[in-house]
Amino acid sequence: MSDVPANALAPISARRRHTDQVMRAVLLIVTLLALVPLVLVILRLLTSGLKAISWDFFTTDPSGNFLGNPGGIKSAILGTIEMIAVAALITIPIGIGVALYLVEYGKQGRFAATVRYFVDVLTGVPSIVFGLFVYVALVVGNVGGSGFAAWKGALAIALLMLPIVTRSAEVVLLLVPDGLREAALALGAPRWKVVTRVVLPTAAPGLVTGSLLAIARGAGETAPLLFTAAIVQGTSFNLNARMNSLPAQIFADVGQAQDRLVARAWGAALTLVTMILILNIVARLVARRSRST
Amino acid sequence: MEAGALTTRDDLAAAGLAGSSRGRLADPAFKWFLTILAVLILAIIVFFFVFLINKASPAISKFGLFGFTFGAEWNVSKSVYGAWPLLVGTLITSAVALVIGVPIALGAALYITELCPARLRAPLTMLLELLAAVPSVVYGLWGVFFLIPKLRPAEQWFADTFSFLPFVGGSVAGPNYFIAGLILAIMILPIVSAISREVISTVPAELKEGALALGATRWEMIRLAVLPYSRAGIAGAIMLGLGRAVGETIAVTLVIGNAPQIGKQIFDQGYTLAAVIANEFGEAANNKLHSAALIAAGLVLFVLTLLINAIARYIVVRGNRMRDIPPPEEELTMPTTGPLIGGPVMQ
Amino acid sequence: MTEPESTEHETPVQDDTIRKEDPPVSAEPEPARSSAEPRSLAGAVTPAKEKPEQTGHTVTLKSVDAYYGEQRAVRDVDIEYAANRVTAMIGPSGCGKSTLVRCINRMHEEIPGARCEGHVLLDGANIYGSGVDVTAVRRAIGMVFQKPNPFPTMSIYDNVAAGVRLTGRKDVKLDERVEQSLRGAGLWDEVKDRLGRPGIGLSGGQQQRLCIARTIANEPEVIIMDEPCSALDPIATLKVEDLIHELKRRYTIIIVTHNMQQAARVADTTAFMLMGELVEHAETQKIFTNPDDPRTEEYVTGKFG
Repeated sequence: MSDVPANALAPISARRRHTDQVMRAVLLIVTLLALVPLVLVILRLLTSGLKAISWDFFTTDPSGNFLGNPGGIKSAILGTIEMIAVAALITIPIGIGVALYLVEYGKQGRFAATVRYFVDVLTGVPSIVFGLFVYVALVVGNVGGSGFAAWKGALAIALLMLPIVTRSAEVVLLLVPDGLREAALALGAPRWKVVTRVVLPTAAPGLVTGSLLAIARGAGETAPLLFTAAIVQGTSFNLNARMNSLPAQIFADVGQAQDRLVARAWGAALTLVTMILILNIVARLVARRSRST
Repeated sequence: MEAGALTTRDDLAAAGLAGSSRGRLADPAFKWFLTILAVLILAIIVFFFVFLINKASPAISKFGLFGFTFGAEWNVSKSVYGAWPLLVGTLITSAVALVIGVPIALGAALYITELCPARLRAPLTMLLELLAAVPSVVYGLWGVFFLIPKLRPAEQWFADTFSFLPFVGGSVAGPNYFIAGLILAIMILPIVSAISREVISTVPAELKEGALALGATRWEMIRLAVLPYSRAGIAGAIMLGLGRAVGETIAVTLVIGNAPQIGKQIFDQGYTLAAVIANEFGEAANNKLHSAALIAAGLVLFVLTLLINAIARYIVVRGNRMRDIPPPEEELTMPTTGPLIGGPVMQ
Repeated sequence: MTEPESTEHETPVQDDTIRKEDPPVSAEPEPARSSAEPRSLAGAVTPAKEKPEQTGHTVTLKSVDAYYGEQRAVRDVDIEYAANRVTAMIGPSGCGKSTLVRCINRMHEEIPGARCEGHVLLDGANIYGSGVDVTAVRRAIGMVFQKPNPFPTMSIYDNVAAGVRLTGRKDVKLDERVEQSLRGAGLWDEVKDRLGRPGIGLSGGQQQRLCIARTIANEPEVIIMDEPCSALDPIATLKVEDLIHELKRRYTIIIVTHNMQQAARVADTTAFMLMGELVEHAETQKIFTNPDDPRTEEYVTGKFG
């Protein structure tokens, strides 16, 4: 018995071994490379953004002055919250409703397949096209008595969020075991009660997760707002008029030559990213908690 | 009538599940309500097209569909609107995005699924997904104030050293095609890698074991068993990344320079379909032809993304179908040739 | 350095199955490892090109344990697999037979947290020795799996050639090797006209024989078969069992099976495992008619399993 390999166990060629080692190293390096931009962006957000943060930052509106105090981002934050809330109120019920139709009624039928296909199509539409659509449909014609309006911006974002909500809701609803539905039906419950009393409660955590993630996505969108809600300095609660938002404010400030405005842009960016991150974390916590119960 | 414990109306009512005469109407009403929502989705898409075509018609009728889409000049002051420079810019930036982004995304997907230690998998995945949480305007901001100034010397060096290459050389503009493509690459990383990861993780374990049992190294196993099996899915992931890159607006318009020309080289300023809409929208408000041209550009963009997504779907479906041919029925013939001469073995 | 041909199990299995005579081992010696001479696998004896060298390859296990993390699934197994013989591993589900054989071609360690301890010797060389390349071990000890696993995107030809192409040696004539291997797997006549077709277009039994061809194209010394027929219908099973009789002329074969009748049909010796331990290893006939250990007797008479 020896440890010297016999002829049969002669090691593989050096070339093969080298290739294996090189490729493994390449894949590792490439993975780290993928994370470099994330680190850089976060670092820059923190170093440039924290400088602008202050209590005043969150409680004053942008002043619109090019010189002097540029003001804070209060109207932007409030505007984002308002518009996203409206968008969520529109799109989440509709999105979940469509998903319910697909899973509970349409199933594999032709119509359902068409709807699924169209939802897929909507997923690929660039966000600016949504904005364009709302612009030509509602803004140009001054529908509702206003040109640019917050509710139109919210609508554009709602359209953008719709396929995301529908898709994720469909996945979650499909995970509800059929056995549950059958048991309820066998007890004589009408279909709509099975859906509202059994399926929806069971799927609720997943639906919440999906909705939060869609909201996080919608909160960051700029392009649809550019020609629907546009931008304005003051805080407003009038949904039928222009409204500020964090992405629009950042976009407006980026091109400015003034350092203070740029600093405000970084502060606003940090705020926006933080909001999105919080939504993401909450969504994941909801998902994890539901999985462990 | 009375068959068991849970069949009386009272029992059902107690369980909260009893039907009622109201319930008998509620069921179809509920179903129709949901169906209408589904129809809404179809209606939206149809409306999209109708409205967009309508508002774009001044531009399209003036230049013709082909004339607009492939018109070589986009000149606002002359009221000439041809989308070709925009299309080219879209394609160039997307190509750069794919060339840079896909290998990295795919490599990361392979590493995470096949090579990395199990406990690192979840954190690495989460970090990659975080890339998607950064909004496009923040990438644009970062691009303008970090990437452009930081990379400019390197770009200039590259342009000078490799000026013999086509499309390289000359003086480097701050915002340019390359930076836009680079930022797009970063933005498509999460989606391409997430889908690739999903696809790669569905490779059946027995295929990978089969390759290893032949004496393959880890990389050879990936090459033999993982990549060929996943290629349709990965192609789909790439197409979806392409779709995303084509439609990305805000980050691009901030870092591409918005110059309505076809740049001669990779470090020139340029324009894309999406960027032109965001950039010129304000000034076009009172100019009917200009607005129509922008909307027409949006239409071209829309159709382009539709095409890309349709191709993506086709590739995935067809590729998977070829891979999963079900075996034919087992042959019911007794062996009569080869080493089996001498009769079958019988119990 | 190889150990001398084991003489423990001299008498061939005697039962009433009709079987071809096992040729004397010396008539078909293995060619030397580095030789690139094509071997004829047509089943006939063609000694002209064979080197009159040593005979087959033995695998010896000494005190082998196998772990999944902290859990020991195989305890202290000593067993010797004689050259050019078929040894069946039988036992109830979970007894560790699959785990054990995967220690032999070092596939067990691919599972995260899994490891083997002890000595596994191929012709006297410890395959777990330091400096031994695990991929070399796997080329030398091939494996056929329970579920046929041809590479779905490759043609029949490419499937068979896959292992050979890995070694990248230029002196191997691929066409010949592929044909020999397909003949050796009893598949040549059925597929010779469609070598370019996808490997998964074959029936289940043909796919399994394709996997066998792929394995022998690699010129291993030992072939492990982990329940190779359990996913196949009876006709295909028959074909594969006949193949095993042929293959043992050239290779040492270890077959894991839960089917005792199969073990009785194909194996020269049979080893019975229970709860991770090797209970008994003897000539197949003895195991099934007159085993030493009462546990073996209970299993083969169907009292449990």
